[in-house]
Amino acid sequence: MERINHPEELAVWKNEILAERIPSKKKIVISSGTCGQASGSLQIIDAVNQELAKKGLKDHVEVKVTGCHGFCQLEPNLIVYPEEIFYKTLQPQDVPQIVEKSILGNEIVSSLVFEDLKTAQKAIKQNDIPFYKKQERLLTENNLKINPTEIEDYIALDGYQALANALFNMTSEAVIAEIETAGLRGRGGGGFPSGRKWEICRKVESNIKYIICNADEGDPGAYMDRSLLEGNPHSVIEGMIIGAYAIGAQEGYIYVRMEYPLAVQHVNLALEQARKFGFLGESILGSEFAFEIHLIEGAGAFVSGEETSLIASIEGRRAFPSQRPPFPAQEGLWGKPTNVNNVETWANVPLILRKGADWYAKIGTRRSKGTKIFSLVGKINNTGLVEVPMGITLREIVYDIGGGIQDNKKFKAIQTGGPSGGCIPAEKLDLPVDYDTLAKAGSIMGSGGMIIMDEDTCMVDVARYFLHFTQEESCGKCVPCRIGTKQLVEILNRITEGNGEEEDLEKMEDLSKTIKTGSLCGLGQTAPNPVLTTLQYFRKEYESHIKSKTCIALVCKGLIAYTIDPDKCVGCLLCLKSCPVDAISGERKEVHVIDQDLCIKCGACLDVCPPKINAVSKVTGRKMARILKNASGKRV
Amino acid sequence: MENILKEFERDQKELIHILHRVQEEFGYVSPPAISAIAKHLKISENEIYSVLTFYKAFSLEPRGKHIVTVCMGTACHVRGAPRLVDDASREMGVDVGQTTPDKHFTLETVNCLGCCAIGPVVVVDGKYHSYVKRMDSIIKEYSEGR
Repeated sequence: MERINHPEELAVWKNEILAERIPSKKKIVISSGTCGQASGSLQIIDAVNQELAKKGLKDHVEVKVTGCHGFCQLEPNLIVYPEEIFYKTLQPQDVPQIVEKSILGNEIVSSLVFEDLKTAQKAIKQNDIPFYKKQERLLTENNLKINPTEIEDYIALDGYQALANALFNMTSEAVIAEIETAGLRGRGGGGFPSGRKWEICRKVESNIKYIICNADEGDPGAYMDRSLLEGNPHSVIEGMIIGAYAIGAQEGYIYVRMEYPLAVQHVNLALEQARKFGFLGESILGSEFAFEIHLIEGAGAFVSGEETSLIASIEGRRAFPSQRPPFPAQEGLWGKPTNVNNVETWANVPLILRKGADWYAKIGTRRSKGTKIFSLVGKINNTGLVEVPMGITLREIVYDIGGGIQDNKKFKAIQTGGPSGGCIPAEKLDLPVDYDTLAKAGSIMGSGGMIIMDEDTCMVDVARYFLHFTQEESCGKCVPCRIGTKQLVEILNRITEGNGEEEDLEKMEDLSKTIKTGSLCGLGQTAPNPVLTTLQYFRKEYESHIKSKTCIALVCKGLIAYTIDPDKCVGCLLCLKSCPVDAISGERKEVHVIDQDLCIKCGACLDVCPPKINAVSKVTGRKMARILKNASGKRV
Repeated sequence: MENILKEFERDQKELIHILHRVQEEFGYVSPPAISAIAKHLKISENEIYSVLTFYKAFSLEPRGKHIVTVCMGTACHVRGAPRLVDDASREMGVDVGQTTPDKHFTLETVNCLGCCAIGPVVVVDGKYHSYVKRMDSIIKEYSEGR
C-alpha cells in the first residue's frame, strides 16, 4: 500500500485488509506487553511457532502477538480463535497440547483454562472471567485485536477514519464542540475539561503552536498509559493529530518515560508507519493540514510529569516547573501556545469522534464521562488493568472485579492517585469513582493507580513511603516543597522508628497546610495528601506508634522484634543457617535464640521456619519490650 | 565522541538526547565528554552538569558489568521490595546507587517499572524477574566470572 491521499483511499485500504482475512481461520493471539514478556511470553511465542512449523500448520494458522490484555496476573496467556478459548499462565511445554487439541481439533484443554478460586467454576472465554465481566473496555479491548507493530490491524478497526472525518467534514470549532459535548476530562489526574483546554489554546493567536502527549507516567503503581502505548500506539497518535487540527498546531511531542522501553519502541515504529502512509507530515490524507510528531524519551525524573516541567525537559533543560499563569496554552514550549494532554485522554479522542459525543456522554456520571482505566494492584487477588465506566463503586472494583483481598486477609485501604492521592478506608468503599467524589474523600482520581492494602500494611509506613518518594523527587526549586517534604519525612521516619512524640501529628498537619498552599507546582501542592488522608482515616495507627510503640501491622522495623518460641522450636538449624548476620545461636535439636542486638530484622528466619513448627514470630508493643528487656537482662 | 555529536543539531533541545546516547555508548558521562558536548552545543559545562545530575538516567562514574535494579513502586513496596533492597545491598556490600569495587554489580532502584501485577520486580541488565522473594539466588546467577 502506498501513501493515502484521500479518505476514500483509506476506506478502500480497510476493505482490502478485511477481504484478506478469513473469520473462520484458526488464530492464536498471544499477549506480550512488558508484563507478558517479563512472565515468559516470548518463550510461548517461540514454542507456538515451532509447534506450528513442526505440524506443518504455519500457513493455516495466524499467530498474532499483541500488547497487554489487562489480566497481567495470568500472563503469559493466549487465546485461540474463532472459539475464543483463553489459556492462562502457560509454560512452553503446554503449547503442543493446545495445538493438538484446539488447533487441529476443536477441543479444550481444560487444565489450562481459567478457574475461579472461590467457586471452582471454569471460564472458557476471556469475557466469562469475573475479572472482565463488569468492565467496559472501550479503549483496552482493541489491545486484543492489534499487533502494535502493524498499522493494518489498526486500519481494520476503522483506524484514522475519525481523523479523515475531522479533516474533511468538520471545522476545528466543530471538533472541539464534539469533545466538549462528550464531556471528556483530562485523564492525567487533573480532570480539566479537555474541550475547554483546547479552545483556550485554539483562541490564542500565534503562527506556531505545539501539542504534547504526556506519557511520563511516573506515579508508582500506575501503568495504564504504558499499556495503551505498547498495545495500541496509533490510537494515541490519531488523537493527537485530531487535537492538532482542532487547535491549529504544526508540531507535537510524545514524552515517554525511559522506564518504558517497549512503549518507546512501539511508538517510534507507529510514527514511522503514520508518516509512510500520509497520516503525518505534509498534506495529511490529501488535505491542506500538515503536522509532525516527535518522540522524546524521558530521563528519570518524576517531576517531568508536571506540564511546565515537561516542557522544560523537552527544551533540553532541567525539569523545573514554572509559575502559572502564563499557562502553557498561552506560553508553553519555546514560549509558544502549547496544549498538553495525557495518553489516555488522547486515546479517547478518536473514539469520541467515531462514535459520537452523545453516545460517549451516556457513559459515566453527570460530571465524569466515559471510562477510566485503573491499574488494580497490591494485595488483591486479581491484579491487572481494569477499564470501568465512571461512577462504578470502589467496592465493585475491589470485590467483583478484583476478587477481594489476597489470602483472605482483611481490606484496610485503597490508595488512589499515587503520591498526590490518598488512602481511602473500608467505610468509604461504596463511593462512586469519579473526579469529584474522590476529591471530596481527600484523595484524587489521579492517573489511575489503585493500590489495595490489607491488614499487613502499615498506614504510617505507607505515608512515609510516599513522602520519601516526593521528597526525593522534589526538584528543589521552591522552599515549601523542598524543605517541607524533608521535614515531613523526618517526622515520619522518627515515628516509624519508635521515636515519635505526641506533638508530631499536629506538627505534620500544620506543615502539610503550608506545603499545599505554598508550593509552586502540583507535585508540592499534593505531596501532603498521603499524610493528611492517613491522619484523617487512620489516626489511631499513628497514635499507637507514638504512645504504645506498637505497629499493629508488624511492618515498622523500629517497633518490631523477631523471637523464637522455645516451646515450639525443634532445633532444626534452618533459621540459624539463613540468618545473614549470625544473630541466631543454638545447636541441632536445641532451642535457638535470637541475639536482639545483632538482629537486623530482615525476616529471613520467619520465612524459613516450617509452617508446621511455626516457632518464629514478629512481636510489637509490650511483647517486644518484654523480649528486649529479657535479652538485656541476660547480658547483665 | 565526535561521531556521536555529529548526529545531533547544535541546539540545547538535543542535550538530553546526546546524554542518553553517551550514557548508552560508554556507560557513563565522563568529564571530557561533558567538555565536548559543551563545545558542540555552545553552552557552559555547568549547564550540562546541572542537567546531567538532575536526571537519574545519567551517571558520572562508570557502572558495573551487571546493573541490578529493584523496583520501588507502591505495589512492589507493599509486597516486600524494601527488604530486597536491604538484602541486595548487604550481599553486594554497597549502597543503592553504588558499584562494587570489582565493578561487577551496580545496585539501583527505580520508582516504578509499571509491571505492578507481577511484583516485586527486579531487573538485571534489562531482564525482568517477577515475584522475587529473595535476592541471593539472583545475585548468584549473575556472579559468574566475579
